Amino acid sequence: MKKKIYTLCFMCSVRCPIAVVVEDDKIVSIEGNPHVPAMKGVCPKGAAAVGWLDDPQRVQAPMIRTGPRGSGQWKKVGWNEALDYTADRCKEIFAQYGAKSAVYCERVNLVTDLSKTFLKAIGSPNYFSHDTICKGSINTACRSLIGYTDGQITADWSNARQVILYGRNVFESVEVKAMNALLDAMGKGTKLTYIDPRVSITAAKAHNYMMIRPGTDLALNYALMHVIIKQHLYDVQYVDRWVEGLHRLSAFVDTYTPEWAEVETGIPAGEIIRLAKEASRAKPAVVFHYGYRGSHHPTEIYFRRSIMMLNALMGSIESPGGIVIKKGPKDAGLDAGIRKFSDQEFPPMEDARRFDGCGQDKFPIADAAHGVGAMFPSAVLNEDPYPIKVLFAFRFDPLYSNFDYQQSLKALQKLDLIVSCDINFGGTTSLADVILPESLFLERSDPLQMGAGLKPAVNRRIACIKPRYDTQPMWWILKQLAERLGVGEYFPYETIEDIWQYQLADMGIGIEAFEEKGFVSLSDKPIRWDRNDGIKFKTPSGKIEFTSSLLEDNGFPSFPPYEPLEVSDDRFRLMVGRCIAHTNVMTQNNPYLNELVPENRLWINAKRAAALGVNDGETVAVSSSAGEGRIRAFVTDMIHPEAVFMLHGFGHREPESRRSCGRGMADAEVQEAIMDNVGGSPALDHTLVSVSKL
Amino acid sequence: MGDYLIYTDPTKCVACHSCEVACKAKNHVPAGATLGKIVVMGPGMINGSPAMSSLFVPCFHCEDAWCMNACPVDAIRKSDENGLVYIIRDLCVGCKACILACPWHIPQWDPDAGKAMKCDMCMDRIEEGEEPACVAACPTNALQFGEPTRLSHQSREDYAFKLLKRNPRK
Repeated sequence: MKKKIYTLCFMCSVRCPIAVVVEDDKIVSIEGNPHVPAMKGVCPKGAAAVGWLDDPQRVQAPMIRTGPRGSGQWKKVGWNEALDYTADRCKEIFAQYGAKSAVYCERVNLVTDLSKTFLKAIGSPNYFSHDTICKGSINTACRSLIGYTDGQITADWSNARQVILYGRNVFESVEVKAMNALLDAMGKGTKLTYIDPRVSITAAKAHNYMMIRPGTDLALNYALMHVIIKQHLYDVQYVDRWVEGLHRLSAFVDTYTPEWAEVETGIPAGEIIRLAKEASRAKPAVVFHYGYRGSHHPTEIYFRRSIMMLNALMGSIESPGGIVIKKGPKDAGLDAGIRKFSDQEFPPMEDARRFDGCGQDKFPIADAAHGVGAMFPSAVLNEDPYPIKVLFAFRFDPLYSNFDYQQSLKALQKLDLIVSCDINFGGTTSLADVILPESLFLERSDPLQMGAGLKPAVNRRIACIKPRYDTQPMWWILKQLAERLGVGEYFPYETIEDIWQYQLADMGIGIEAFEEKGFVSLSDKPIRWDRNDGIKFKTPSGKIEFTSSLLEDNGFPSFPPYEPLEVSDDRFRLMVGRCIAHTNVMTQNNPYLNELVPENRLWINAKRAAALGVNDGETVAVSSSAGEGRIRAFVTDMIHPEAVFMLHGFGHREPESRRSCGRGMADAEVQEAIMDNVGGSPALDHTLVSVSKL
Repeated sequence: MGDYLIYTDPTKCVACHSCEVACKAKNHVPAGATLGKIVVMGPGMINGSPAMSSLFVPCFHCEDAWCMNACPVDAIRKSDENGLVYIIRDLCVGCKACILACPWHIPQWDPDAGKAMKCDMCMDRIEEGEEPACVAACPTNALQFGEPTRLSHQSREDYAFKLLKRNPRK
């Protein structure tokens, strides 16, 4: 008998709502959840999930390493042995160095509440998420202006009339719902402007594409603000009501004319003026998108702030067709939301100093909920502020995600214990001491998700089929570890049903309510606040702070002068990005996705390539002070002469992952350890690299 | 395509290849082979602007099918009910005549089984009232499945209503 099950995907962190048809414990099809508008199909990663199910190259059982790190020598063990081993090693290490010697990193997912519970229970302050490396500075930028993180806002794509994207490659780095909403809006006349040194699929779909000089988007935005303010193109009433610091911004952008920006960005002054006017005509139904990944340059936070300021000038924040603040259960009239395990009372921490100094001395305004993951390798190597001995890497691969591969590798090699939870053998997993394999999302149920949004909802992931191999869900693994470490009391559940019941205890919703659609909607209509008087900005002033108290109270300027970007005659600015077939560094070994995009290439401008004598398809060496790698060239006129580009996620060296091993090059090999020291993101697109013919 | 068509709307297609992957997963297509293939041109620079286009190419399910006529063992049949052309796998002897005969070489080779395989437009799904796997997986509605007459009506109505909305009668 066929059965349709509504659940949540986890091929990437978007977690699209899907409908899975199952028969005889086999997956028949995976499609979009038809109860969710704009969620008809799935992206290729969703379609390829089944490729992982029976893949003999998956991690099939708990493993303990028997050979040197990275040798691919493992002993298959039972769960008890793997968990006992992990806990015994931890106890030994914690006895000498304290629990703070353990750092826990993960891809934020539905068990994050339990990950944080685990750390609080064992007494370590050291957590970081994938988000910090991906977009820490966008988070900080948004909080400095409106008091919300980027995760707490979204774009009202369906109603926007002008959409401006800075490398936000919506049609390749996709959220299915957002992509469809934008495509539908474009079908009804919405205009799309795309700014990127490289021609992506999104560039090809845009009405207006600007090939900007790499790394100069901030200059473009200062000029846009200049035009918008000087020519009174902004929403005067909205800005008067909601913005703190317009006059300071106005004085600040005085010298940043379109003519000045033309020299820096390569975009003609006339085009900058035209864009400002076009956007203004559509206000407030304008989206200057704040970005998805925000880890490009050392000035990242100021660039992301400039985007949000443009939205504020358009009056678009919390306006239909603009940027909207996501609403939660309380906004929908409920007394309470999902109950969190991490809100329990925990014993005080012996030492609250974090490995990354996030929210403390080193990064006072970065978000401690995500940490500053880029600091992990240097904290380990320099034992600053104290020795780090244990890493829990759960569904996240810091080795290939951070800059400076060699530094990360040294740091991982220095650790006494690496505990990895993975589906397949990733870079960090391949170096681990013990692997605790998680079941694939199709094989496991997870804690419920509070889906904040214009229409808030609670969403559920539920197991569609039985695990194919000896794997477990993470909520089970964490409880087992906690029990062995003597802190099991903070995990008051046995089954997933217990967890759901605990989470829903204050909401008056029963779990049976999820059967019909896979989610429970908390509001029939979109919840919008009155943009004249009802917007609840969470800044100290209750306004949009161009002059930011968060920045200035911590000794950072709100308006630092623009620093022109170095021009290099012989090197290239290395840009990295995503394609639709892969999620970060995780999916390159999936049989279907590997077939679709098996390796990356180095995009290089045809004229620069000719000068170097490099032909299309030839292998070249790419180098920087961080290291060197080899990759085949893609010679094209679709990239700015000052930039080269490669897809992130390739160059795997794990012998167990035979399809992806040795294919392409890892960007981390040459990315230098450059940071945005205010916002907290690594600057992954700032390294100047040399390219040479072999 | 028998009594059916799969239509590609290139303005909606983002070249994600979900159609191909879903087809491969559903029909257990070996690595390297594709039953339904999305052919993408670009992105490339055309007159200084980036552009792209795409067309989905499944089996056309020809009225007088070359593959069927070439098969020496009558393993390829045409459904009386809906005109879809399909291979009876047990009868296929692996001679590859169908691949050679088809002007577009659409039948594919399964080296593990030593047999030809081809798009049957997911006859099993159609019988259950579902769309073919490629169309159902398309995340942007770029692929549309239906009877030629219905698609024709739909396209003309979409076009005409757009015009009429722009010039409503007073």
